[in-house]
Amino acid sequence: MSEAAALPPFSEQALQFLSVLSGLALKDAEGHVYPDVVTFGFWCRKASLMKQRAMYDDLSVRLGRGVVFHVAPSNVAVNFAYSCVAAFLAGNASVVRLPSKKFPQVDIFCRLWREALAQVPELQQYFLFVRYGHEDEVNARYSSLADTRVIWGGDETIRRFRQYPLKPRANEVTFADRFSLAVIEADRYMASEGKDALAQAFYNDTYLSDQQACTSPHLVVWFGERTAEARRAFWERLHDLVAKEYDFSAVQAVDKYDALLRLGAEMKLRQVKMEDQLVVRAEAEKLTPRLMEVRTGSGFFVEYIADDLAELYPVWGTMTQTVSYFGFTSKEIQATVMAGCPRGVDRIVPIGHTLDFSLFWDGYDLIRSMSRVVGVV
Amino acid sequence: MTYDEILNLEPFAIGREEKRRLMTAGLSELTRHHQQQCSLYGRMLDTIGYQESAVKELEDMPFLPVRLFKELELKSIPQEDVFKVMTSSGTSGQQVSRIFLDRETAGNQQKTLVRIFESMTGAKRMPMIIVDCPSVVKNRAMFSARGAGILGFSMFGRKRIYALDDDMHLQLDAVRAFIDEHAGERIFLFGFTFMIWQHFYRALKESGVHLDLRNAVLVHGGGWKKLEQEAVSPEEFRSALREVTGIPRVVNYYGMVEQTGCIYMECEAGHLHASTYSDVIVRRGNDFSPAAIGEKGILQVVSLLPHSYPGHSMLTEDEGVLLGEDDCPCGRKGKYFKVLGRLKNAELRGCSDTYAARF
Repeated sequence: MSEAAALPPFSEQALQFLSVLSGLALKDAEGHVYPDVVTFGFWCRKASLMKQRAMYDDLSVRLGRGVVFHVAPSNVAVNFAYSCVAAFLAGNASVVRLPSKKFPQVDIFCRLWREALAQVPELQQYFLFVRYGHEDEVNARYSSLADTRVIWGGDETIRRFRQYPLKPRANEVTFADRFSLAVIEADRYMASEGKDALAQAFYNDTYLSDQQACTSPHLVVWFGERTAEARRAFWERLHDLVAKEYDFSAVQAVDKYDALLRLGAEMKLRQVKMEDQLVVRAEAEKLTPRLMEVRTGSGFFVEYIADDLAELYPVWGTMTQTVSYFGFTSKEIQATVMAGCPRGVDRIVPIGHTLDFSLFWDGYDLIRSMSRVVGVV
Repeated sequence: MTYDEILNLEPFAIGREEKRRLMTAGLSELTRHHQQQCSLYGRMLDTIGYQESAVKELEDMPFLPVRLFKELELKSIPQEDVFKVMTSSGTSGQQVSRIFLDRETAGNQQKTLVRIFESMTGAKRMPMIIVDCPSVVKNRAMFSARGAGILGFSMFGRKRIYALDDDMHLQLDAVRAFIDEHAGERIFLFGFTFMIWQHFYRALKESGVHLDLRNAVLVHGGGWKKLEQEAVSPEEFRSALREVTGIPRVVNYYGMVEQTGCIYMECEAGHLHASTYSDVIVRRGNDFSPAAIGEKGILQVVSLLPHSYPGHSMLTEDEGVLLGEDDCPCGRKGKYFKVLGRLKNAELRGCSDTYAARF
């Protein structure tokens, strides 16, 4: 691996390997039952990669950095695969510390990688997937080999790995704990035929990951005239879906009730009662930076009614990652963000797509973060 | 009714209708008091839209998750009236509950404990063997739950010895001498469930010694969590102790530092009972509605005692089941129930952090 050449981004080798991998993933019998494996397969198709490539105009002067050490989150199955693919597309070899939790998807990916590499054996040296416990020595060793270290899994994991020194030239891509929010334009929502679809999309963004993904909205801001009707329609639909599909436990109800009262003790907040505790809502009188710390999970939502997107500025601090939307255009939101010059907001995506992987992730351009420029004066 | 008047009522003789009237009226009054005296509590009630006029039933009273006492400083008295601060036990780094007591509430805790204890064990002050080490109560600046429990129950002891030394070794000779000295008297043993099992029962069992405690009563509390891991049931616990000591009555109690005084003690039939001064409500996890008799749910504890802090109505993190009301074979009135342990932790998905927790 230490001899692996630094490849140009979107190299022929990478595109060829990934299209083999994509083909295997999409026709894999075992992988077929896991939507995340199938989604990954689609993401790696040549056509999809060419579209991503079109966003770069400086590829001819870039090369990979060398070896990327990825620390996968312990409780999400597929991030490591995307992380590793991004590193390879950027021109690097990868050491991946696999999730500690035994996901069937991880085994499937390992098998798919083996099968793909059997077809392109000269790329063997670009991939090393390892699984080990919390061993300082191993963490330190891989860190010392890395030209880029990528840490998924949040603040505590990052703090832990910061103990292991990197090479002087190495850089780091860290995915810290983040806050995300959603904005909905009520009048367009009321006019929409797709209310059920939007409920499902929002459910996927939140309950599907227990509202624990960094992309899951915790705050929902409403705009327009018909907010009262829209909120009723929206939350009732979501509630019905949660009642049908979500495995809810008593301890989550207690967590959310605790979060509600704790927040209510310090700020003006009114619970909007639902028939049960599956969806817990609280309407804030004011948007304050404090709300970015409210990441309860399990279906706890703070709501706010606003007239203007610019009112969101107080919750666009460094904590804030994804703004998901309905009834707006991404351009409107992007223009407001750019005009306000906030330190946060790294992604603007339609509701339902918060988890869609992209090479622009969490404020990083993964290709450029994991490659270097060969400058000519 | 003042709390003194309430305390004059028999602890286990009030039937359902009267009890509900007493509780609802008393809790409404306490809620109003805390709403006025504790601004954090007042704001929490505003958040959930509490209105006294909407309370029709006991179950309509608002409740706080017990965890809030770890997260916030909740008190309904001025700082200068704080007489002592009790804390729950917790290993280092864990947050602990802080319960603020003035002299009145602290005194009422003691009086309440006396009423319940004497009624349940039929005993006045007795020679007492504390199955713990002396150092646990020495640091009085910090009242841990274990220390507070021992001090609280010590008022039922006429003469006291600690059965363990500070290395948790059973002081067999001293205990024997104490039993001999009080031959013919009823002896009171007290300790935490796990301590009794680990350091008393096990030590006796291993050394093959039989202690003569045929005329004794053992009271223990603190939860089954650790013993459950060792798969020891309450029945096994009782019979194991009987085997090494011949002790006829083993009484478990359920209580928490957040509602000290109002404990729930086991009757002769092995059921935990709510006294006149407090009550339990079992709530369903998905909507917090009251569960039926026999239906598992989250335990809520309400008490007419807490005056210096808003802990009169709390949702615990324990799972329990109501067994019945007014009809326990032991003859006591009121609700009787079973504690099933802590609520199961949900294993959450998402990309939040679980790495550090496993180190």
